[in-house]
Amino acid sequence: MKNKDLKLNKNIDSELFKVNKNEYFVQQTSNLKAALEMGLTKEEFELICNKIKKIPNKTELGIFSAMFSEHCSYKSSKKWLKTMPTKGSHVIQGPGENAGVIDIGDNLAVVFKIESHNHPSFIEPYQGSATGVGGILRDVFTMGARPIALLNALRFGSIDHPLTKHLVSGVVRGIGGYGNCIGIPTVGGETEFNKSYDGNILVNAMAVGLAKKDRIFYSAATGSGNPVVYVGAKTGRDGIHGATMASAEFTENSSEKRPTVQVGDPFTGKLLLEACLELMSTDIVLSIQDMGAAGLTSSSVEMASKGGLGMFLNLDLVPTREEKMTSYEIMLSESQERMLMVLKPGSENQAKAIFQKWDLDFATIGEVTNTGRLILHKNSHVACDIPIAPLVDDAPEYDRPYEIIRNKQILTSKEIAVDKTINEILTNFFQNANMASKRWLWEQYDSSVMADTVLSNGNGDASVVRIHGTESKNSLGKGISMTTDCTPRYVKSDPIIGGMQAVCEAARNIVSTGAKPSAITNNLNFGNPEKPNIMGEIVGSIQGISEASIFLNTPIVSGNVSLYNETNGVSILPTPVIGMVGLLEEVEKCIGLNAEIDCTLILLGQNEKIDDGWLGCSLYQEITSQDVIGAPPPINLENEKKLIDLMLKLTDSNMIISAHDLSDGGLLPAICEMLFFNNLGININLPINSTSQNWSNHMLHGWCFGEDQGRIIVATKNPEKVILSAKSNLVDFFVLGDTNMTGNLNLYNLAPISINDISHYNEETLPLLMNEDK
Amino acid sequence: MRTAVTIFPGSNCDRDMIIALKKITGKTPIKLWHKETEVPNLDLIVIPGGFSFGDYLRCGALAARSPIIKSIKNHISRGGAVLGVCNGFQILIEAKLLPGSLIKNQKLLFTCKETLLEIQNTLESPFCSGFKVGTTLEIPVAHNEGNFFASKEVIEKLEGEGRIAFKYKQIKNNKNNYNPNGSLNDIAGILSKNGRVLGMMPHPERVINKFQGGIDGLKFLSTSIEQLID
Repeated sequence: MKNKDLKLNKNIDSELFKVNKNEYFVQQTSNLKAALEMGLTKEEFELICNKIKKIPNKTELGIFSAMFSEHCSYKSSKKWLKTMPTKGSHVIQGPGENAGVIDIGDNLAVVFKIESHNHPSFIEPYQGSATGVGGILRDVFTMGARPIALLNALRFGSIDHPLTKHLVSGVVRGIGGYGNCIGIPTVGGETEFNKSYDGNILVNAMAVGLAKKDRIFYSAATGSGNPVVYVGAKTGRDGIHGATMASAEFTENSSEKRPTVQVGDPFTGKLLLEACLELMSTDIVLSIQDMGAAGLTSSSVEMASKGGLGMFLNLDLVPTREEKMTSYEIMLSESQERMLMVLKPGSENQAKAIFQKWDLDFATIGEVTNTGRLILHKNSHVACDIPIAPLVDDAPEYDRPYEIIRNKQILTSKEIAVDKTINEILTNFFQNANMASKRWLWEQYDSSVMADTVLSNGNGDASVVRIHGTESKNSLGKGISMTTDCTPRYVKSDPIIGGMQAVCEAARNIVSTGAKPSAITNNLNFGNPEKPNIMGEIVGSIQGISEASIFLNTPIVSGNVSLYNETNGVSILPTPVIGMVGLLEEVEKCIGLNAEIDCTLILLGQNEKIDDGWLGCSLYQEITSQDVIGAPPPINLENEKKLIDLMLKLTDSNMIISAHDLSDGGLLPAICEMLFFNNLGININLPINSTSQNWSNHMLHGWCFGEDQGRIIVATKNPEKVILSAKSNLVDFFVLGDTNMTGNLNLYNLAPISINDISHYNEETLPLLMNEDK
Repeated sequence: MRTAVTIFPGSNCDRDMIIALKKITGKTPIKLWHKETEVPNLDLIVIPGGFSFGDYLRCGALAARSPIIKSIKNHISRGGAVLGVCNGFQILIEAKLLPGSLIKNQKLLFTCKETLLEIQNTLESPFCSGFKVGTTLEIPVAHNEGNFFASKEVIEKLEGEGRIAFKYKQIKNNKNNYNPNGSLNDIAGILSKNGRVLGMMPHPERVINKFQGGIDGLKFLSTSIEQLID
């Protein structure tokens, strides 16, 4: 197995040509043309030749091209990613590993990450989204954690676009297909439709896992001479150069790239999960890395690079699905459900027995070396011999020109309000796919497998799962609250505010379940970073996210960047998705969003003296005029922090029944959503200035649908105590009214609005849209 | 009370079922790996949900050919009780231990939701006799192939012999789609001729604590186990 023991055929190329013709070709010297075809630039090709002191062969070039791709190297965003806050007393592992890790006490750690599978999901929605879920799950269990929950953040084109229903249907089936089969509950997420995603949908999947704090596994290779082991599924010709495909813009011919999409096998994924966790319960795994983007290339290079070592692999020993695969294909295949490990020497048989029990492939394919080089053999020839350092350290890092464009145009409700009744607008809202219930989607996800789900899709602002094994005589145990959030129209209008808002909304959603916001994973989805305005969106939103994260002490511990989400030069709305987790010390203190009878609804974060609601850049605008203009609502981080602290105090003292953050659509839709489940009614109090002469219809619209930030509605049976707490925490409040059995929402001098009718639109809109034409 | 839970490659509700049975009996059930050919004397074998062998070919078809099935058949012939939940129900049908078939849900979509089950007037069975006829239980389903289908004769026979354990029933306020999969006669679970083998689509092991949204699953499982002890 040792390098030197291998009998190399030096000058018998003709023999190689006979044995494996294609392998002969990939071992030939490449050229600039080949580099350009693989997505490298002329400068990058020259850099490679200089660093490795030769002209690479096709396999070597392919390895460089994958490692230098935007997807693997983060070359456009790295400069700015480094500025993000990643530290905190509870952070065990920040960005740079397979997933982020935080300490939740009792020797337990939560491991989590979000990752995009945008490009493949557009080309092949079922497989693209399924492998997105499979990939993020592997990232989590590679670290030694058992996955306990899945979430997602989805963006589709306009619901009227001819491709949208096909894409929604395929993506949802793919997410469910993988998650349901592997048996991890899909508990939450967000879905939005906007024409900017017509040519580039976004499929971001988030996985959360649980590990023992002292049993976290990392990827840095250790110990020259230690065996490198390949486990899992066989390597096929699927997904070759997927990472490069995911780093380019789309054209109308993108469907030709279907063969670059990987194929998922959740059954093998489940076996791999169980086998890996079983193996990790022993002490023989030294390091482990899943084969995700750029497959065996990135896993071997990253392991060696992090360990400051080299790696030798004999590719003839890699289990393959097809015959006569070349070194190029084996290194760049993105076949799913595979892992690379470094084991303690002499322990291979013990490990092999576990993988055989689960009917998985297991092969010792090489060893860790101290050469600092990646050396690959194929058909007894050296297929690759390159230094590892340049693959990682010399990967380009661009300081791309950027321009942060901030819309500062403050629009009043008078300029935006339309001539419609409140009831008409409310109806329009819930007849809109963005506002209406997403039940049609999430009923296709198994949300209750593992039997720890406390709150899932639609029952709360965030999703909560109980942490298995933390229950005691006095408590049901701890809980983890999770959410994904972003309001792309705000980010488009003002990237800094938009970035801040995504973090604040996520934190509000977490506290609205009674949990304390803890840490963030983010998925930065943007267009072509070579355009200064797009680069400005990236830089601006990173600034906003960072500022809010520092203020709220929610460090960013993992993340993913997806650029070039453009088709024919048209970019998506900037979509930096925040995935946040929070901790509930006692899961019985968890609250949902459904109000009960005889509750008082209190609006926190705003008082009774409202001059004008913020309708600029709102969903109201999007729905009533199709055109979103004006600056987004401003963010006051100090007020957000006070609101969060107040919510923690209220939920900890069991003061509230349920809570709901105000986001898209503002106050009135949020009240409706709290009343739907129990079909309640309410007589809503109006702000004091509503009696003044200046108060007019547009002000009512602004108050009902404005998207001023930093607000949460709570339902309580102890209104006096809530008010006292609000006062002592210096949080504004406004008593909205008491819930009753009438099922009618009474407001101002308007005709009663039937909650049942609105609820009907809320439930029926998406099924109708998805099922028509069938 | 000796219970066991079978585990096939791809089973994913085995842990949840083991926890539920332990909560009720106080003893951890035996885990039966699908390759085992010898099983000890048991009172109840549970085949849990999941995607055995990835549901490839047909749900439950490969699992029904596993070595463990022979032992389960012996257990049944000794009068032992068997509960198959979701994929377990599919396996029992593929192993021809229960009649009919479970085809794709009517809407051709996976569905995970709360359902209301109504206990039917059945023959003597440890799984149903502890409940008054008409008792309702709220238990969730999560499946892609739970649409019970059989010939008219088989359905009539099942109805006539009191072998329909429960049917889906309308939940208050929810006028539509109370039957989550389109199964004939709203059938959610059926019994063997001797009443000691039950296949059901809903997952009782997922509702055994209040925080999970209810305890009707606990009620169902503990009543069944009490009956088995008697």
